[in-house]
Amino acid sequence: MPDNITREVAEAHWSKTKRLMITTLAIWFFFGFFIHFFVSSLNTIVILGFPLGFYMAAQGSLIVFVVLIFWFASRQNAIDEEFGVAED
Amino acid sequence: MALSMKGDFTDNLGKIYGIYVGGFFAFVVLMAILSMVGVPDRFILWSYMAMTIGIYAFIGIMSRTAVVTEYYVAGRSVPAIYNGMATGADWMSGASFVGMAGTLFVLGYDGLAFVLGWTGGYVLVAVLLAPYLRKFGAYTVPDFLGTRYNGNAARLVGIIVLFCCSFTYITAQVYASGIIASQFLGIDFEIAVFAGLLGILVCSMLGGMKAVTWTQVAQYIVLIVAYLLPAIWMSTVQFGIPIPQLTYGGALSKIAEYEEILGVAKAHVAPFTTYSPKDYFFLIFCLMVGTASLPHILMRFFTTPTVREARKSVGWSLFFIFLLYFTAPAYAAFSKFNLMGLFANAEGLQLAFTAIPEWMLQWGSIAGHQLVTICDVKAETVMAIQTACEAKGFVGGFPYAELKLNNDMIVLSTPSIAGMPIWVVGLVGAGGFAAALSTADGLLLAIANALSHDVYYKMIDPKADTKRRLMISKILLVVVALAAAFLARTKPSDILSMVSWAFSIAAAGLFAPLVLGVWWKRTTSMGAILGMIAGFSVTMYYLIGNVYGFDLVKGTGDEIVWFGVASISSGIFGVPVAFVVTYLVSLFTPEPSREMQEFVDRLRLPGGGQMMVQGAND
Repeated sequence: MPDNITREVAEAHWSKTKRLMITTLAIWFFFGFFIHFFVSSLNTIVILGFPLGFYMAAQGSLIVFVVLIFWFASRQNAIDEEFGVAED
Repeated sequence: MALSMKGDFTDNLGKIYGIYVGGFFAFVVLMAILSMVGVPDRFILWSYMAMTIGIYAFIGIMSRTAVVTEYYVAGRSVPAIYNGMATGADWMSGASFVGMAGTLFVLGYDGLAFVLGWTGGYVLVAVLLAPYLRKFGAYTVPDFLGTRYNGNAARLVGIIVLFCCSFTYITAQVYASGIIASQFLGIDFEIAVFAGLLGILVCSMLGGMKAVTWTQVAQYIVLIVAYLLPAIWMSTVQFGIPIPQLTYGGALSKIAEYEEILGVAKAHVAPFTTYSPKDYFFLIFCLMVGTASLPHILMRFFTTPTVREARKSVGWSLFFIFLLYFTAPAYAAFSKFNLMGLFANAEGLQLAFTAIPEWMLQWGSIAGHQLVTICDVKAETVMAIQTACEAKGFVGGFPYAELKLNNDMIVLSTPSIAGMPIWVVGLVGAGGFAAALSTADGLLLAIANALSHDVYYKMIDPKADTKRRLMISKILLVVVALAAAFLARTKPSDILSMVSWAFSIAAAGLFAPLVLGVWWKRTTSMGAILGMIAGFSVTMYYLIGNVYGFDLVKGTGDEIVWFGVASISSGIFGVPVAFVVTYLVSLFTPEPSREMQEFVDRLRLPGGGQMMVQGAND
């Protein structure tokens, strides 16, 4: 453990990090799996020629994944800075 | 020029790659002009190959190095965005570039399992692994396992899994580069394989990870331009808007109309026509977890300057991969729309023998491959097709159902199907070649580094000096590459399915020990080792049993089927087994030492510098 960080701070940092991990993976599961269980009903909605169920698997979920990672990276940075454990 | 100021290379990245992109566009324009003034096609195709390989070789030689950190992890000085491009090239193999659109063309919605699986895995990389592996500061993935789980047993199991998943994968890349080189240069496949090999070695041999990183960035630019340009072209011609990802909705509606006219039972957008829902979701799961376990991908995140950059870099990686994967369904839709149109607009819904487009014969007559078949014969001549179709009772023409296209030709042939000129065809060929080379380089380094750093340096001769270690590494690089090339030359028929197995193997063997090593302090060495062995063995047993079978007389493997799972998703058994075994064995063995628990605590905090301090020489 780095000298200037107490055990309490490290534990608080880790519990917040874990919460962020669970949130991120929940969103990942929703767009990676859950929403595609309903592809048949979503396909009845057609926007610009795209059936919605098809669109979600071909583009929608992908966009969510990209945005999700950048969001996660900035949230995790904020947590690291809050507890003073970020890199210099 | 800038490249000669060695130390300043990373400060001048923007300028260097700016010049490179400008030069590349100028070269494409030059090729366009040359093709218009009537320079022979052959010359254009050769120029593309020579020019791109020349540039990769130039970068490879410029980035040569004798410093160990530069050789193994590019000096940990690759900014997030460039590492993203390099990871994109590392990730997108010849098969992604060449085969993805074709798979979507044939499978429709069900093919999207690959699109989802090969992108969603990066969320797992960013959240669970990349920042912690970067903080640890290892050179290789087995290096992490060996340190976290105290010793060479864990290291060795890690190396075996790494070797199994990476070697089959690299053989497929060498094979793909040989196919592309032989088609575009018109040389024999056997020779073309070694031409591809030369292209691979020239990038990696002198400069290791440093050289591979900077050539991969260059290769990414070639491959993405080559992939996007024809799609943008088709979108502009057909819908007047140069954004294919937006306009292919129009193509999808047309396809639906054509499907009704031509009586095609499997609708393009309808789910679960080929895979059952179970197969579909299992496959997505295995591909995602496999993505987060493949050593050649994970080691790319060892090269960023900080933990923070490593996280951001995963985002950029996925962004650059996304650019290709969200275009692939557009390719598939445009090609299908064009092709079905030929039949739907023809008299009696049959394409007349006299109206068979030239590309069908051109691609159909390539020796050694069944790329286009019509009425069950290879589409070589109009006469042959006519005879075969008339024997089946079709007079004057043949219906859509009698035309079969091979998956692998969709991207490479799209420019000629859509009637694009030769300079686009050459560009696409160069893109496919770049995709195969860059992935092969990443895999080759993953294998050679594990053998030289983990087996030789850590296990056999820990006193070896820097010079000797790098020498061994370079020799191993050539040996592994040659072995892959010799295997590729035999054209092993199962090679493409083996690539998808690589994901299941990596997922089953490596995911649990890596994730638990960071996220569960209580994980013991014995737990991790037995977990890896159990997950890996179960998956290998199912793969081999399901595909080949253990009944040697019968020769097919259908006697082993658990819950009807396809071999491509066999990681679905290994991953949970690895987690459960690791968990249970850890509970029954004494908890890790105080030092190891503090080690994990430090791993979780980004600050305080990287943990593994290599020797002064490194």
